[in-house]
Order: sequence, then C-alpha cells, then structure tokens
Amino acid sequence: MIELQNVSLSFSDRQVLNDLSLTLSERRIAIIGANGSGKSTLARLLNGLALPTSGDVLIDGLNTRKKGRDVRRKVGFVFQNPDNQIVMPVVEEDLAFGMKNCGFSTAEIAAKTDEILARYDLSDLREHPAHLLSGGQKQLIAISGVLVMNPDIVVMDEPTTLLDLRNKRRIARAVAALSQTVVMVTHDLDLISDYDRVIAIDEGRVFADGPPAEVIPAYQELMA
Amino acid sequence: MLDLYSPGHSPLHRMRPAVKMAALMVGATLLFINQSLAATTAATLAILALYPLAQLTLKQAFAQIRPLLWIFVLFFAVQWYFSGLTLAAYVVLRLAALILLASLVTLTTRSSDMIDTMTRALSILRPFGVNPAKVSLAIALALRFIPVLAQIMRDVREAQKARGLERSVIAVAMPMAIRAIKMADDISDAIDSRGYRS
Repeated sequence: MIELQNVSLSFSDRQVLNDLSLTLSERRIAIIGANGSGKSTLARLLNGLALPTSGDVLIDGLNTRKKGRDVRRKVGFVFQNPDNQIVMPVVEEDLAFGMKNCGFSTAEIAAKTDEILARYDLSDLREHPAHLLSGGQKQLIAISGVLVMNPDIVVMDEPTTLLDLRNKRRIARAVAALSQTVVMVTHDLDLISDYDRVIAIDEGRVFADGPPAEVIPAYQELMA
Repeated sequence: MLDLYSPGHSPLHRMRPAVKMAALMVGATLLFINQSLAATTAATLAILALYPLAQLTLKQAFAQIRPLLWIFVLFFAVQWYFSGLTLAAYVVLRLAALILLASLVTLTTRSSDMIDTMTRALSILRPFGVNPAKVSLAIALALRFIPVLAQIMRDVREAQKARGLERSVIAVAMPMAIRAIKMADDISDAIDSRGYRS
C-alpha cells in the first residue's frame, strides 16, 4: 500500500506538488497530467528518488525519508528513456547489476536472467551490446532490469513515449501481464483505459481521481 | 573498440581475463620499447593471426582501426615530413598494433569479467583511499555511454546542420553539454533506484 500524507514539494521558489494526500491500494494505477503538472515528481516520490519538502510518503509503512534503501527494494522504477537506465555495456551484465547490488547469489542471478530473457523472448540478446538494441528492446531490457529485483510495486515514468506503435503495444502487453502493483505515469490515454484507478494532476494538485471512464473525459475537457 | 565483446568459445575467449590483460600490458610495453620496423611489422602480423584463432574475421580487425584512419594519415604525414618514411611507417604501425591488441582483449573478454579483474587488481590501492568498486563502475559507465554520447553528438550536429549552424562549435557544444548533464542526473537516479551502495 502506498500512502501520501499531506505531501508538498517545491524546487527553490516553485511549488511542484501541493498538499497531496492519497492512499493507493489498487493493482493498476495511472497518473496523468500536462507537462510540468508534477506527475513525474509524484512518481519519483514513490521510491525515494525525490523526498517531500513537507509531509510523508509511506510504502507498506516504510517512510521514504528514513528507509530509502528498503523502499527502493520494494519499488522498482522504469524511466522514460531506457538509454539512461541501462547502465552496463552488455544486456546480461545490466540485468545482473541490480541483483548484485541487492546481494543475490551467482546462481540466482543466472537463473533470473535466463527466466526474464525467455519471458520477453530476448534470449538471443543475452550477450548483445546495449547500445545496439532497438528502442523497444532497450525498454524491455530496462523493465527486465527492474523486475529481476522482485519489486512489489513497479513505477513507470512514461515508458512508451519514445516508442513506435508496435513497441508501445509490446510494452503494454508486458505491463498487463505483471503480477505486481503498477503505477504508470503517461500521456497515452489508450494505455490506461482498463486501469483500476486514474489520478489526474494539474498544477501540483489532484484534479480528478477515479475510474478511467470518469477521469479521462474530465482530463480531456481540461486540456481542450 | 566500442564493438566490445564478440561472443565465442575460442581459446582466447576461455583464457582468464587477468592473463589477457597482463599480456596486453606486456605486449604494449614491448611495442613501445622496440625500435625496429621489421619487429613491429612481425608483431602486427602476429596479432592479426590471433584474430582467426579467436574466431574473429580480419574484417572485424579492420573495423577496430577504421575510425582512427585519419589520425594514422595525419601521424604518417607529419612523421614523414619531419623524420622520414621509415620512422613514419614505424610510428603508425606501432599504434595500429597496439589498437589491434587491445581490441582483441575487449572482443574476447566480457566487460563484466574485465571490470571484476580490475576491481580485484585495484584493491591493493584501498589503503590509499581508492574504492575499487567505484572505479570499476566508472569504467563500466564509460564503456556503456561513449556510444550513447556519440549518438547524441550526431543528433545535435544534424539538428544544427538543419539550421545552417554546422560550423559553429558553440551551437554543437552547448546542447551537447546540457543533454550530457541531464543524462548524468538520470543515470545517477537509475543507479540509485537499482540498489547501488556507494
């Protein structure tokens, strides 16, 4: 369960998030909003990459301010640009990076690498240099690098923005099949049409919150 | 060298990374100590002969030195002008041999194995305040992001060319620097979010 308690965040004199209180317990949650609305900052709060100026963020009772490392083991984060997330030169080395940091054994690392590559039909790319992958392959490897660490929650910050339609659908299918709680920040309204809950953010506040059928039309009207 | 590892099961692939890296150090030193064109030519041919042994083609060998051909031409021309044809051939051949030898090691060694070996080797510097894990991560990041930065450079050049600014160093350097700094921030967050303990 994710809890935001009276969370505000500002950068120098700019208020990015303003007194947000939310409890997120659904399996598929989407956060939408215009550029600069604060939605990506909200996502970054969920695994402690950003800390609130005031208020608290709790992940299964763990405060991101005090238990950042534990929170990051529970909450995986997928960035918009996979090129900035894949940190090792070769695919299998990148998949191993997070697991090594978390103290997985060599046997566990090998088994989980095999499993995740097979799951996304990427086994042929095991020893492939990361910079030679296609955009869709890179994003799948970035997601895989997060999933192998067994997070309970996966936060994704616009993971389909840089992809073509085929790869968008590929990522959407991969996300739909995840057993974890997913918090998806996106501009792609089709991607979240079957989500359990959609939260629309505007100027650092919750503008609308509810099922997609209610929130998406209200958001479209706001953006008109 | 940016092609990095080429998967295979040759004797060179199976050789321990520490042995290959030590051989590279010794080989490079010998190439620089030696002053003979004949010996340098023989060394270059010997290194080229190792490529098929490592299940690599001569085309792959040439691909390693192709990006530096203009430097070879420049070195050759300057050396020929100042020191004569023999020394010019010796200097360029020595540089080519060194690159071919280093590439042979990177093409037959996984970067993770190379980094693990460097981490172990650098641990002797721990009493002097060197953190081997940090140095190794820096090396891995350099290997990973040189091609990414090269791609950004191409994108920025193309964008500035479309605006007629391809000759302006500032018009290329500024957006390049801004994107690199933004990218460094994101990479740092990505490393944090994947449990890295500094």
